[in-house]
Amino acid sequence: MSFVLTINGRDHPVDASPETPLLYVLRDDLRLNGAKFGCGLGQCGACTVQVDGKAAYACLLPVAAAAGRRIRTVEGLGTAEAPSPLQKAFMVEQAAQCGYCIAGMIMRAQALLDATPRPTEAEIRAHMQPNLCRCGTHMRILRAIRRAAGLPVEAASA
Amino acid sequence: MSLGWKTPAPPAAALALALAACTGGARLPPPPPQTFSAAEIEKGAELAKLADCQGCHTADGGQAFAGGRPLKSPFGTIYTRNITPDPSTGLGRYSREAFVRALRRGVRFDGAELYPAMPYDHFAYADDADLGALYAYLMTRRPKDRPPTPNELIPPANIRGAVAIWKALFFHPGRFQPTPGQSAEFNRGAYLVQSLGHCGACHTPHNILDAEETKKPLQGGVQEGWYAPPLNALSPASVPWTPERVYRFLRTGFDRDHSAAAGPMGSVVRELARAPEPDVRALSVYLATLMQPASAAKGRAAPADHAAQAAAAQPAGAALYAGACAACHDAGAAMMREGRPPLQFATPPQEDRPTDVIQVILQGVQPATGPRGPYMPAFAGTLSDGQVAAIAAYVRARYSDRPPWKDLTSAVAKGRRQGGQG
Ligand code: FES
Ligand code: FES
Repeated sequence: MSFVLTINGRDHPVDASPETPLLYVLRDDLRLNGAKFGCGLGQCGACTVQVDGKAAYACLLPVAAAAGRRIRTVEGLGTAEAPSPLQKAFMVEQAAQCGYCIAGMIMRAQALLDATPRPTEAEIRAHMQPNLCRCGTHMRILRAIRRAAGLPVEAASA
Repeated sequence: MSLGWKTPAPPAAALALALAACTGGARLPPPPPQTFSAAEIEKGAELAKLADCQGCHTADGGQAFAGGRPLKSPFGTIYTRNITPDPSTGLGRYSREAFVRALRRGVRFDGAELYPAMPYDHFAYADDADLGALYAYLMTRRPKDRPPTPNELIPPANIRGAVAIWKALFFHPGRFQPTPGQSAEFNRGAYLVQSLGHCGACHTPHNILDAEETKKPLQGGVQEGWYAPPLNALSPASVPWTPERVYRFLRTGFDRDHSAAAGPMGSVVRELARAPEPDVRALSVYLATLMQPASAAKGRAAPADHAAQAAAAQPAGAALYAGACAACHDAGAAMMREGRPPLQFATPPQEDRPTDVIQVILQGVQPATGPRGPYMPAFAGTLSDGQVAAIAAYVRARYSDRPPWKDLTSAVAKGRRQGGQG
């Protein structure tokens, strides 16, 4: 079946069976490799993208449900030459070890900052809770999010 | 057959009791913590788990028992109270008598009415000694100064005095009656279900003034956007409940022949997992006995799986299911190899209303008893109302022998509002 996916503001016609996870279409057909496959079960967040402004697991979103909605991936935030403020904050805080989880972390965090530019510590932690980092970079990731939000990078008590 | 459900006291007796409770003792200062015996505190700790006091009286991320959790009702939102012994914002102003009166009669330490969100219609059936033990336990917790969050109620529910009318209409508690001829274990379970366990607060239907329909005990009710299924002969479960299966479910939040505890049941299970085993066994024996006629009526019919017909009838739902659900729920998926039940064993697809299938898709399942418990991601943010409706329709067609649910898309929109993702 053919679908039109609106990704980072551009329409992409794709041909896929309707149940195909958005993640496979992004990576295999459109070569947007930012979102990663971790578990395929909605348990890790490595595949997180935004759908209509909300963080979503691309591994569990059938392409039939993604068509016609605003999809945003990490490629839509910035580039290596011109990183977005949140990406810059991740770089300043060196918030990555292997980096596998980071695109998902950034997309989930960006969804929070878009809705709530100055979140509380508790809001940040609750919002980021679904995404896992197997390298244990969470503390740096939290610092990067605070930095991007213009908050003191050291945690106030949650 | 009567299984020892509550027998209402004659109104005159109730009135006399109320009058007696209004005098004497309620205004005494609370006793110092050292006066409680360790045994009494321990017993109170066990009962607090069976009553899941924490579930309602703890805000997300807040100190246990310090209150502040929002409870939605048809009349707006009530914020639970601080029941730590803090002298100005908590139980510090309650003498033992005032505490017992609050739980039995729904009256605050100063004589004001308490909203029936506090299930005193059940606690009224509790023993004095049990209420005293609960008091000893709560009065020895760490005090927390947390002033009440103002309720957000619509008129006339925002006037506390209106509760007096509600009570006159609906609040006529009697005493717990054991069922002669049943085992001590059965009667212990009946006592806990009807009193401190307050199962009916969710599992009994409520009338338009949000009072339990006491003539329909445990016949299924709606709470916080979820449907709490019937726990009696009307149980829709596709595999019969036995005491062992009920026990497994209550203790771990999961039974491989049914499904996982979700929604408000999660916090109940979290507490029952740590409650005394004999009490949870007693609950299981009693509840399985209530549900036994449903099992007998169902006989040996195998749980349904009409994959081909459902795909033909609900092609859109089938495709969404294949992409969003099958990675975990289909035969051979990793989750299934872990021993999770196939969906035709789960109760929600069998229920008369789509409420629970919708809520579980929207909100997912959080593990109730620790990280190894059942988990399901929430789809509220990613699937539209129509998409959730299509999946629900497919699940119903595939995994039950029952007629299709009606008006699913509007049911999803309503479910979103009630479940707080609106
Ligand atoms: S790959 Fe999607 S949540 Fe793990
Ligand atoms: S940096 Fe390696 S998984 Fe997060």
